[in-house]
Amino acid sequence: MSSQVHGVQHFDKAKRAEIKFSEEAMKVVQTIISHYPEGKQKSALLPVLHIAQAEFGGWLSPETMDYIASVLKIKPIEVFEVASFYTMYNLQPVGKCVLEVCQTSSCWLNGAEDIVKYIEKKLSIKVGETTKDGMFTLKVAECLGSCGTAPMLQCGASFHENLTYEKVDNLIEKYKSENRLRSYTDLDYKNTI
Amino acid sequence: MKKLLIHNDKVPNIHTLDVYRAQGGYASVEKALKTMTPDQVTEEVKKSGLRGRGGAGFPTGMKWSFLAKPEGVPRYLVCNADESEPGTFKDRYLMEKIPHALIEGMITSSYALGAKTSYIYIRGEYFYVARILEQAIAEAYAAGWLGKNILGTDFSHDCHVQVGGGAYICGEETALLESLEGKRGNPRIKPPFPAVAGLWGCPTVVNNVETIAAVCPIVNMGGEEYAKIGIGKSTGTKLISASGHINKPGVYEIELGVPVEEFIFSDEYCGGIRNGKKLKAVVAGGSSVPILPTELILKTAKGEPRLMTYESLADGGFQTGTMLGSGGFIVMDEDTSIVKNLFTFTRFYHHESCGQCSPCREGTGWMEKILHKFLDGTANESDVDLLWDIQSKIEGKTICPLGEAAAWPVAAAIRHFKDEFLEIARKKKFTDVSHYNRLNKISA
Ligand SMILES: Cc1cc2nc3c(=O)[nH]c(=O)nc-3n(C[C@H](O)[C@H](O)[C@H](O)COP(=O)(O)O)c2cc1C
Ligand code: SF4
Ligand code: FES
Repeated sequence: MSSQVHGVQHFDKAKRAEIKFSEEAMKVVQTIISHYPEGKQKSALLPVLHIAQAEFGGWLSPETMDYIASVLKIKPIEVFEVASFYTMYNLQPVGKCVLEVCQTSSCWLNGAEDIVKYIEKKLSIKVGETTKDGMFTLKVAECLGSCGTAPMLQCGASFHENLTYEKVDNLIEKYKSENRLRSYTDLDYKNTI
Repeated sequence: MKKLLIHNDKVPNIHTLDVYRAQGGYASVEKALKTMTPDQVTEEVKKSGLRGRGGAGFPTGMKWSFLAKPEGVPRYLVCNADESEPGTFKDRYLMEKIPHALIEGMITSSYALGAKTSYIYIRGEYFYVARILEQAIAEAYAAGWLGKNILGTDFSHDCHVQVGGGAYICGEETALLESLEGKRGNPRIKPPFPAVAGLWGCPTVVNNVETIAAVCPIVNMGGEEYAKIGIGKSTGTKLISASGHINKPGVYEIELGVPVEEFIFSDEYCGGIRNGKKLKAVVAGGSSVPILPTELILKTAKGEPRLMTYESLADGGFQTGTMLGSGGFIVMDEDTSIVKNLFTFTRFYHHESCGQCSPCREGTGWMEKILHKFLDGTANESDVDLLWDIQSKIEGKTICPLGEAAAWPVAAAIRHFKDEFLEIARKKKFTDVSHYNRLNKISA
């Protein structure tokens, strides 16, 4: 996964220059930084990484992490050690829609394994893989706090609960037709399916 | 049935300030700021007997009174909204439905602690809930419940939300503080405790969402009145997240002291076991607490009815009892494989171990591997002893309690369901009937 050692490779300077928050995103970042005392801007790292992941293609490339280090005035290694610790940050490119199926107890008791198998078959990929068209990545996740509405999966900010095969069909259709990157930071989180 | 936290969860638009206020919201802020000193608020919380709702059950008033108050050093209140203990989803429910109940509690509690700033650390997966909280906070600022000189007093307060990045360990309070400082979630060695050196080295109180929300009714009704609810040292109400093979999964607010049997079988709560099946076992307080078979969850070893209280659930110690924990109540029917369920727990702890201590990092990995042998049908009878041996070498040897949380479920499963392990080992075959066709039944 994170076998590439960040900070050692020589990154493409031109590529790095492209990575820059939009004015709107920068405003949000500045607001987050303002929530912490003077000099404690490193605290903003986790939320800012979420914004970066949403802004720069759904994953945190080495260039993106370098950029975040410069925005927060911390060392690149401080960004990498955090990005590699937490599960929500992708250090490799992923599909536009990352389907994360909860596989822990309550979900398993209610058939989560069947849901995983069903999606694997439907999308012709295995857990951890991305479809050829770059649309879907399938992942398994640990308890997402939705055990009363198991089985469930998360995609971006949305929770899809009380899953059935039919619901899975519908949400995959919907995501396909919308054809856009889904992020944790999305505003349209309402569980519509 | 007395409800204090989610009594108005069905009121339309209760997530908005206007409706929340019309329902009597923010009364505790008015009462505390206008008629009480900070120490008086802490005193009421002490009298209430409120115990931390995050899992450990530590008396909240006592925790607050430990907070160091050196001159010129800021103090912080941090709300633990990391909620990642498998089987637990009550905090999400409370924050999503009635966000102002938490914010009101944050203000009243911060007044008691003398905290000018507070943070709500919420797990990253609950991003949409963080949005709901942020909207509520914005409303509270606009109406003067947050900000400078609240209600014209000299108490000013700022409250912010921070999202995590996906890590169960950040629910452990010192790992949470590390994460809040923008670092990896590695638990700190204690002492010093957060009450002395917490966020950025300043005195800090960390409390669970439900604990903080409970401060509002305590201030409103008075600690003594609150202490009358419940039984003995289990005072007040508790949110229980009920899941698994029950007819009515969901979040229930119970008065502490409801019999477990009533909780599982009455229509007011879980509504009994689904599909007319029989009860097999219950994990009563989140994945970390010992699993109990039907006989022992409904009645104590002494034959008394088991109650939903800290004391009754713990009756008999780990030999025959369990813990109330976070209130994550997972119910399993007769077809459930205890071994397979345990495997999902152990895989979870292995995945979530931060890796600082060898007994936890290596032990969880080995336990997962051995349990996998059972699912493969390649395990031997001696593997049960090996499992027991590994789990017994974790407890008490780690920096934080995650190691123990990983060991306890393994110990309890072997203690109460050893035959199931042995049978698989003898037959060299694992048959998973537990969720067989369940999905098709649901969608039909
Ligand atoms: C591995 C681990 C995970 C924890 N997760 C949570 C959690 O998600 N939410 C929580 O409130 N407490 C959690 N705790 C307990 C906290 O460390 C702490 O005791 C609690 O937040 C204190 O608040 P309370 O006294 O109000 O319960 C966890 C503890 C451990 C060891
Ligand atoms: S017990 Fe486990 S999770 Fe806790 S500090 Fe040690 S390795 Fe990390
Ligand atoms: S076990 Fe799947 S959401 Fe909790």
